[in-house]
Formats: sequence, C-alpha cells, structure tokens
Amino acid sequence: MARMTMIQAIRDGMDVAMGRDETVVVYGEDVGYFGGVFRATQGLQEKYGRSRCFDAPISESGIVGTAIGMAANGLRPCVEIQFADYMYPAYDQITQEAARIRYRSNADFTCPMVVRMPTGGGIFGGQTHSQSPEALFTHVAGLKVVVPSNPHDAKGLLIAAIEDPDPVIFLEPKRLYNGPFDGHYERPVTSWGKHPDGEVPEEHFTVPLGQAKVKREGRDVTVLAYGTMVHVALAAADDTGIDAEVIDLRTLLPYDLDAITTSVRKTGRCVIVHEATLTSGFGAELAALVAEHCFYHLEAPVRRVAGWDTPYPHAQEWDYFPGPARVGAALTETMEA
Amino acid sequence: MATPLNLHVPEPEVRPGGVPDFSNVHIAPAGEVARPPIDVDPRDIRDMAFSVIRVLNREGEAVGPWAGALSDEQLMEGMHHMMLLRALDARMIIAQRQGKTSFYIQHLGEEAVSTAFRKVLKQGDMNFATYRQAGLLIADDYPLETMINQIYANSEDPMKGRQLPTLYSVREKGFFTLSGNLATQFPQAVGWAMASAIKGETNIAAGWIGDGSTAESDFHAGLVFASTFKAPVVLNVVNNQWAISTFQGIARGGAGTFAARGLGYGIPSLRVDGNDYLAVYAVGLWAAERARQNLGPTLIEYVTYRAGAHSTSDDPSAYRPKEESAAWPLGDPVIRLKAHLVAKGVWSEDRHAQLEAEMLDTVIAAQRKAEANGTMHSDNRPSARDMFEGVYAEMPPHLRRQRQESGV
Ligand SMILES: Cc1ncc(C[n+]2csc(CCOP(=O)(O)OP(=O)(O)O)c2C)c(N)n1
Repeated sequence: MARMTMIQAIRDGMDVAMGRDETVVVYGEDVGYFGGVFRATQGLQEKYGRSRCFDAPISESGIVGTAIGMAANGLRPCVEIQFADYMYPAYDQITQEAARIRYRSNADFTCPMVVRMPTGGGIFGGQTHSQSPEALFTHVAGLKVVVPSNPHDAKGLLIAAIEDPDPVIFLEPKRLYNGPFDGHYERPVTSWGKHPDGEVPEEHFTVPLGQAKVKREGRDVTVLAYGTMVHVALAAADDTGIDAEVIDLRTLLPYDLDAITTSVRKTGRCVIVHEATLTSGFGAELAALVAEHCFYHLEAPVRRVAGWDTPYPHAQEWDYFPGPARVGAALTETMEA
Repeated sequence: MATPLNLHVPEPEVRPGGVPDFSNVHIAPAGEVARPPIDVDPRDIRDMAFSVIRVLNREGEAVGPWAGALSDEQLMEGMHHMMLLRALDARMIIAQRQGKTSFYIQHLGEEAVSTAFRKVLKQGDMNFATYRQAGLLIADDYPLETMINQIYANSEDPMKGRQLPTLYSVREKGFFTLSGNLATQFPQAVGWAMASAIKGETNIAAGWIGDGSTAESDFHAGLVFASTFKAPVVLNVVNNQWAISTFQGIARGGAGTFAARGLGYGIPSLRVDGNDYLAVYAVGLWAAERARQNLGPTLIEYVTYRAGAHSTSDDPSAYRPKEESAAWPLGDPVIRLKAHLVAKGVWSEDRHAQLEAEMLDTVIAAQRKAEANGTMHSDNRPSARDMFEGVYAEMPPHLRRQRQESGV
C-alpha cells in the first residue's frame, strides 16, 4: 500500500494498465511531454515512449474519433479531454459513434476505450472550467459513466474502465485531485495522506464498474451522492448529527439499483446530491428510481440538492456550489417531514 | 518483406536544458515581400502563405512596399498602447499573486498584434477575439478601470462576476463576448460578416484564433463558410509558437505554415511579422480593405512568440528552455518600434523611460479606483442575486423558486 493523492492514483492506474497491456495508449492535449495540465500523465511518455503517450492537436473530435479507430483496430486508448467543458466538440463522436459501434455492427466492431475528463467546480474556474456534464452521458445508451470520489476507487475504477470491453466516460472531480473536500471552502484543504481512501495498492487491482459503496451507515435517511458531493454529504451528516446513510454511487451507468433500494427501504427517506444543475440532472433519474422501487417505504418526499439552473458563475461560486449547509437543511427538512 | 510501420510524433527542436534553436524559422528580410493589389487573384499570391511580410529592418528603418502606412503620431500612439497593455499585464499578474483575482492571461511579446490591428477597424466593425487580444480594447481607449473591475469580479464588473477574468464583452467597442471554449468564435465571426453582407451594411468582422486551436473543427468550418460565401471577414491566426505546453508543430502537421491552410479554400493567405507594429498594421489594412470592397475574406498568420506563461496557472520552464524567448529572432515589438522611432529622431531613451513610468502610473491609478469597488475575495462583490439574472430575458418560475430557496 502507498499513500496517494487522487491525481497520483489516476496516473498509477494508467501506468499499471500500460505496463500490463501494450495495447493501452494514452493521449490528449498537453498529455505527452508535459504530463497534462493536472499532471495526470506525468512520466508516462518517458516510460512507454512517444507512440504510446503523446500530445494531441487541440481537436477533441479528433481525439475521440481517432480513439474509436484505434479501438476498432485492437488498441485500448485512454484519452484525456483537458476539461469536461471542452468535450462538446467530441460529443458527436462519443454519443453517436463510440456508444453505438458494438450495437450497429452486431459486435463486428467494438469500442473499448476510456475518455477521461476533469469535472466540477470549486477552483474558481468560471463557466468554462467547472461543468458537471454526467447527465449528458447517462442519457446515452451504450456508454458507461464513472465518477470516483477518492484515490483508491479512482485507480481501481480506472483500471476496470480501461479493461472494459465498452466505451467508458471517466469523470474526475478536479476539486478532489489533491485532497478530500467537504464544501467548507473557508477551511484549509486536508490531504489524502491522512485519509483511509488515500491508501492505494501499488499493484494491479480493480473496483468493479456498477457497484456503489456505503460510505457511512445510518438508519434515518439515505443520501445518494457521487464525486465531490460524497464528501459534502458526509460533512452535512456530521454537522447536523442526523444518522444518515451516505452512498457513493461510483458508477452512474450502469447504476447500482440494489444498493439504492436496499438503503432507502431501510431508512425510508432519501436526499440526492449533485453539483450539476438541477433540472434534468442525474438526480432526476435517481429520484424516479426511488419512487418506482421504494414508494411504499417512503416516509418523506425525495429531495434533491443540486447546482442552480444557471451557468456556473465565477465570482459567486460558493453560492452556487451545494455545500454542507444546503445539504444539511435538506436532511433536516426530510427528517421533519 | 513488408515494412513495419511506426508512428510519427512531432517534437520541438529543444527542451529545457537545451540551447534554443530557431534555425527552422525562415524569415525573409524586411521589405522583401511584394504588396499585391487588394483585388489580386488568390492563385497569384500562393507563395505569400510561406513568406513573412516585414517592414522594420534590423537598423530600425521602415523599408519595402508595405512601409509608409502610418504617421509619426500614429506610431507614437501605437507605442503608447503597447506599453499600456504591457503595464496592465505586469500589474495584473502581481494582483493575481496577491489574491485580488483568480486568474490572468497576459500578452507579453504579442502586444503589436492586437493593438495595431485595432487601428485598421472602424466603429461598427466586430472582433471575435481570443483571450489574448485585450489590445483591441486598449487601442480603442476602453477604460482600464472597467477592465480591472472585470478582472477583479467586483461590484462594478460589467459581467457581474459571471465570467472568468479577462473574458471581456464590449459591444460598443466591437468586442464580442469572449468564450473559454477554443475556436467557437471563428465561424461566429464569419456568420457576423455574412449577416453584414445579407443586410447590405458596410461593417466587417475579424475572427481570431491561436495556432493550437486551428486544429479544431470550428476553424475549418469557419474557413469553408468564409470561402463559399466570400464573407467580409479578416481571419487572424496568431502563431505564438506554443499552445500551453504543446509546440506549434503538433497543430500544424504537414501544412508548412498556418497561412497555407487557407490555400485549399482559395482564400488569400499571408504571413506577417507579428512583432512588427508597422507590418501588422499594413497587412491588416490590406485585408480590411479587401473585405470592405466586397472582395471576400483574407487569412493572416501573425508570426510571433508567447514570451510569458500561457496563463497564471502555467509554468513554461517545464517544457521549453528559459532562454527561448530572448532567442526569438523577431525580437520584442516594443523595443523594435522604439528603435524605429529613435532612428526617425522623434523619440529618445528618456522619453521612452518617461512613457513607461507614465503607463505604470496610469495603470496603478486605475487599479486603485477599481480596488475601491472591491476585489475577488473582498465583500464588495456582485451579489449572489445577480447569479440568477440574465440566464433568460425573463426569469422563469423555476429559477425564481431556486433564487428564493437560495435565500438571496
Ligand atoms: C475546446 C477547448 N479545448 C481545450 C481548451 C483548453 N485550452 C485552453 S488554452 C489552450 C491552448 C490554446 O493554444 P493556442 O490556440 O495556440 O492559443 P495561445 O494560448 O497560444 O494564444 C487549451 C488547450 C479549451 N479552452 N477549449
């Protein structure tokens, strides 16, 4: 075991995958020599050579389009989109092509590839460095969508994603790269070094896609969260003293229905938290699932806490970000309902 | 036996620790490149996509067919603008380090491109710029204090704290709202110009893009529309050699030059010394005149060098030799214009130093005023209430509910 930050764990995941399987290639903007603007690919070019880790032209549709071609020709590309906000030029390639290649060719061709992208706010990135576009991908049949919340899972999920036979969208909450973040922005950021999830096996291991994890057991209310919001939910449970069960979904598509229903049937209450805008967000899907599968167990209406339905504002970031106060209020109201 | 294939990945000549080498940058002597008539047949000037138009020679003299477009007074005004922009950058980088703003993008080494180009445009023309053309605003006397208000996201920020610092929007100065998503503005510029033609108006547009971003599909979409509809637009590619850590060869591929990309579209494509204020102005004027005479688009590649970091989040010493900017063969635009003015006898070291001090004072004064309106982390900021405004012309009920819920 080693202590790793999330960025180190992601790098290590690619390193392990590249070391075991020479068909794994890594590329994207600034990814090669420099090692990526967040340094997620640092050292990989030196170690595996320029034809396995290299700088791509600034062309997201080119990056994903070529990755599809490589995947069709026996490679396992793991490409980086510099910020999720910049995946839109590649959206056509991801949703109309990568997602459907297996289906439309009756598995004559497949598309085993990973598209990594940093998501979420909390770094004063403004409108173009803060988005959480997961719902734009969970709506697309043929994709898998993963959002890790800690270094251990990030590495295990990333290796599982690279080894997966289908295209995986791997969303990395950039606010968590260097340490857990509970939404109390005025507090100094703690490091992963002292956190149990900062312990990461150095060797190959996987965290299976599609399995949620109970991060905190509780009897009174279930909180469904992923990415940065897992930490905010934990902080809100501590702050309010409510006996909340916090579930880290980890994979949004396919989602872990069992974990969700087991918990909500037990607690009878559910609060859903995400950073993306509220309307038609992934929380809507979760709320519908809970209504469909747990209706007769519910003692209170399902609540959602999310980003407001505005573009991500730069200066008002902390009014936008769903912090522990808002999550705490929702927990309290749910308990009182 | 069949040959095993191997992948070609372009690499810059040198990396940190190496000796800067620009021997591959082919630069024609000043004055050498011809100045064709504006209604030239694009096929007759294909070679211009591979040369570099320059006016100022090493002795600081203005030579050749592109010289003589500017008066002494205009040149001194140009000097003023470049130095003001440089002073603003220097102060704002410090302000970022002091936590007065979150982020800043500077222009060091590229000041001539935007300040000189602004002078070929008229009131009513529209720029679709990138984050590295604030000189378009400076050269149009946009108030510094307002720029700093935007950078500080304070109570007087015209964008109400919604946008990243330096992503301005100034309609009355012909400056379209800036996007952080690269290249999207390029086809927009062409569309704006097409609208001008559809409506029978006289305004033209200018599109701007960096060398790295020419790899985006939007760049090519812009060129095809401009070419097909002969839009009254000047398409500017600022080749400052680097896209964050990635050298220009990655985006350029086998095209030879960025200007050469225009050839396949039949668009007159020129390269110009981007560190030569006189050359930038002369070539910009030529292209703007073509657009105004309904002769269609022009593609201009500005050959320059990003002497500073990509942004305040970047450290260029990690990917290029520290001495590289000093070795750049086209020099520094401010020093070159200064040499020219001194050679002409209308400028001196003393006056230069005096102007430098004056520009710094001007920025500091504007900064003080802006600081009175607040900075990024002060309390005097746009209110969270503003966050809900302007998403739509009229606030829909769901947003009204959310604003209420947020308690602002
Ligand atoms: C669509 C998109 N992809 C990626 C980015 C991230 N990014 C911001 S600036 C930049 C480099 C741009 O280089 P270039 O076009 O050469 O302009 P320069 O910064 O050198 O002026 C990149 C990759 C972005 N902003 N938008």
